[in-house]
Order: sequence, then C-alpha cells, then structure tokens
Amino acid sequence: MSDLSQLYQEVILDHNKSPRNFYKIENPTNFAEGYNPLCGDHIYVYLKIENNIIKEISFQGNGCAISKSSASLMTTILKGKTVSEAKDLFEKFHKIITSDPLKDIEIEEPSKLKIFAGVREFPTRIKCASLAWHTMFNALEGKAEKISTE
Amino acid sequence: MKLETTNIDKSLLKEKNKIYHNIDKIREDFPILKQKVRGKTLVYLDNAATTQKPKIVIDAISNYYLTLNSNIHRGVHFLSEKATFEYEKARTKVKEFINALSASEIVFTRGATESINLAAFSYGLTYLKDGDEIIISTLEHHANIVPWQEVCRRTGAKLKVIPISNNGEILLEKYYELLNNKVKIVAVTQVSNALGVKTPIDEIIKKAKEIGAITLVDGSQAIPHLKIDVQSLGCDFYVFSGHKVYGPTGIGVLYGKADLLEKMPPYQTGGDMIRSVTFEKTIYNDIPMKFEAGTPNIEGAIALQKAIEYVENLNIEEISEYEDALLRYCEEKLSDIPDLIIYGRTPCKAAVVSFDIKDIHPHDIGTILDSEGVAIRAGHHCAQPLMQRLGVSATARASFSFYNTFEEIDILYQALLKTIKLMK
Repeated sequence: MSDLSQLYQEVILDHNKSPRNFYKIENPTNFAEGYNPLCGDHIYVYLKIENNIIKEISFQGNGCAISKSSASLMTTILKGKTVSEAKDLFEKFHKIITSDPLKDIEIEEPSKLKIFAGVREFPTRIKCASLAWHTMFNALEGKAEKISTE
Repeated sequence: MKLETTNIDKSLLKEKNKIYHNIDKIREDFPILKQKVRGKTLVYLDNAATTQKPKIVIDAISNYYLTLNSNIHRGVHFLSEKATFEYEKARTKVKEFINALSASEIVFTRGATESINLAAFSYGLTYLKDGDEIIISTLEHHANIVPWQEVCRRTGAKLKVIPISNNGEILLEKYYELLNNKVKIVAVTQVSNALGVKTPIDEIIKKAKEIGAITLVDGSQAIPHLKIDVQSLGCDFYVFSGHKVYGPTGIGVLYGKADLLEKMPPYQTGGDMIRSVTFEKTIYNDIPMKFEAGTPNIEGAIALQKAIEYVENLNIEEISEYEDALLRYCEEKLSDIPDLIIYGRTPCKAAVVSFDIKDIHPHDIGTILDSEGVAIRAGHHCAQPLMQRLGVSATARASFSFYNTFEEIDILYQALLKTIKLMK
C-alpha cells in the first residue's frame, strides 16, 4: 500500500464522509475547544460523565479528513470507557501516530486506532490526527472551559 | 512547452514573449526544479510563499564567504572595504529597481515583516495619539495587521478596515467613507497574498495624501510580478521581502521617503547606527544606517542584488505577461472541475489561484497533490480575517513564477482529479 492510501484508508474516508456522534451535547459535564492554527481546524468535544464513566461523547466543528475521522472514531471508542481508560487510550493513540515503526510498540485493543499509523509518514498531519484527542484530554482535565451542569 | 495543447487565447502570450520561448533554458538556472519529490518530478506552485533561487543567487552567497567575508563599514582593510562597497552597491540596485529618489531611502531589514514593524513602531508610536485612526484592508497579511493593532493599543489610535467585495476587490466607496482628518496612516497591500487580487493602490494612495495621511504599501506579493515605481506611486513607505523575488531569506527592504526617515527615531539601537557614543550622549548616524543597528545580513543584500539583476535581465513586463497567461490558463482549466470554487475571481490579479473543493478540506488537497510532486499551500495564508470574510477556514493556493510551465498546470489539474476520485 502506498503512503497515501495508508493515510486515507477506507475507514478514515468513511468516518470523514459520515462522522459519528457529530452533534452538540446539551449540558455536558466536560467540554473543550480545540484549534489547529496550521489548517484552521476547529473542534468542540462534549462529554457527559457519570460515576467516572463516559456515558456520552460527541464533537462538532470543521476540519480536514484526518482530524474529522479521528474525532469521529475517538467518540465511538471512548463511549462507555472510564476516565482513566480514556486517558490511557489517549497515550496509546499518541504513540501510534508518532512512534516509528509500528512494530516497536504493542497496541492491544482497540486495533481500530492503528489505522491512523499512516499519519507517521506525514509529519505535518500528526497534529490533525491528534487534535480531537488533545481536546478530549483537556476536557477531562478541565483545562479548557468546563461547563457547569447547574 | 507547446501552447497548442491548451485552449488559452494565444494573444495573451505574444509570439515574441522571451520567457515562453526560453523556458527550458530559464529552468536550467534553478537547480532545485530538477529534483524529484516522493518519486515524482517537483512541480513547485508555492511561489507566493517563497520563490526558488537561481544559481547566480546561490553562488553569490557562497562566493561572499569564499572571497569577501568581513564586517562592513569602518574597516580599513581590503576585504572590509570591498564588502562595504558591495553591500552599498546592493542598496543602490534596490533603489534603481523600485525607482527611489536616493539610496539613503533604502533600509535593509530581515524581511517585509520587520519593515512594517519598523515603520509602525518608529513612526506610529512617535506620531500617533489617542483618537487618531489607521486604515488597513480586509486583504492584509497578518504582518500588515498586527503591528498596527499594537500601535493602536499603545497610542489609543483606532484601526479601521476597508471592506472587500465577495470577489476580493477593495470597495473604494467604502474606503472614501473611512477617510477623515483623524486618519494618520493608510497601510494597504498592493497584491493580496492569499487571493492574488491587485488593489487600486494608486487611487488609495492619492486619496490618503489628500487628507494628509502617511501611506505604506505592502509590496511583498507585487514585487516579483509587477514593475514598481515608488515615486510614481507616491507612497511614503514601501516594503518587500527578498525571498519572494528570488533572493535569499533574511533580507528585506523598507523604502521610506527621506524626510520621513529623517524625523523618525531609531527602531533598534547599538553599533553601526551611531555616529558617536559617550555615556552622556549618543549621536545617531544618518539614514539609512540609523535604522540598521548591528552587523546586517551582508551576503543577503549582495545576493538580493543578483536576484534583482536576474529579474531585470528577464524583463519584468515579459514576466508579468507570461505569468498572466499561466494564471488565466490555470483558472480556465480548474473551472472545469465540478465543485471547485476559485476565490478572488477578478480580472485584476497576479499569479495566484486560491480555491477549494466542496467537502474536501484544503489540507487533504495539499497532501494528495504533494504525493504527486505538486507543491501548493493549504491554510489561511496568514490572512485569517480575510478567510473569515470569505466564510472559509482555509483555501488551497497555487501560485506561479516565470519558471512554471503550462504542462505543470496540466499536472496540477490531473492531481486535483485524482484528489476528488480518492476523497469522494
């Protein structure tokens, strides 16, 4: 497979065309806004956390195929996970898109994340892939604006 | 290089256009163009970001360090005298290139950004006060926005912005409405870096002068494409970067009318910009040295001179004519692509096609074109307010030089078709 078709795999293109969980959660417990000044990608990640479990997660915004599909896939993976599991997956995802080569790291489930490994060949696009994850992480940490549920 | 393969109106490119007929030879002057990227022949269409350098410019830098390196001004030895002579000769070349009245009106800077900062901070902070107004346009690069915002923040002056049409044209009527006796500075680009649209700069300057405002023209995108005559423009300041006109990075120019430069305080202080220093009092050097503190980019200035000579040798009118034909050909060709939108579709443009394709982000376009060896720019082009005005987060931008060919635009076209096939 060429570098390009590694980058734009079917799953990625599919998530780009029909993003999952692409809406705004009213009254989220956690929320953050992410911005990639390089491409002008703008993303909003919303979470509803109950008893340390991600009950609901969604995103909105606009961006390139890589950032949009990464955000979409992330929401499908994180739903139902605990906060610490989500943070752990954030670390794993970061390794996948920056490590070299893939066999050097052991990634267990979810293997879905591995489809973003192709990004490593395109250093300028790593930030696109990681934008949603960083935004989600900030939302969990309460680094960005945390919306009150009151 | 057969124009017959295209539908373009041949009258656009006269039979005798020297560049069209010598394109292979001209391309030989730019060694980097022979390079393969990602296994494909490089198609360099990112000239509005920076131009490639002809061999004589590259050689000038290396020759400087091989034969001439020494510090300029005040040196009494052979090398210093020779380097000083060459540095000042470069200044005179710039003066001739833009038709300034005197070489003392040419200040060497790091680039257009530093030139604007120099004018903004030295002139703006000294002469502007609370309630004054500065006019810029919606088309500006961040470099011609942020320095003025900073002047406003520090002086209490207000920033006013000339609006544009949906096609990126300056709305002159709206500009006239902004003019009043509180306006002290009008700073506008000559050619939009993001869209390639030319502004009615003569008229803008004329009206600004009528109310006594100081004018600054950002010529960064105009300088490689158009004949520049600062005296006939009548502007007070004109700025450009060397690297956008086939020179090296790190060297730029601030042209300022002598009487203005005389009454402005130094922007930076230190060596070279002084006449005498005691702990009690320092006397500043004459212009332009007053604005060139520290050891300057000597080889940059010398190499810029070579770049200007190269451009002069090709003839800027021939360059404009050839690049205009490339531009029209590209616009015509890209218009065939469904869902492709060209921004800034006006007859009055220079060598830039800014576009996007419905449902495909410009960054994805850029990456896929890159895999075909085609280098374009995707993003906001350091003009975020303009992007907001156009209602887009980014565009893809192909920009041309005289060393580009019609075949390269065909390659761009094919690569765009491939992009659509892959993404849709």
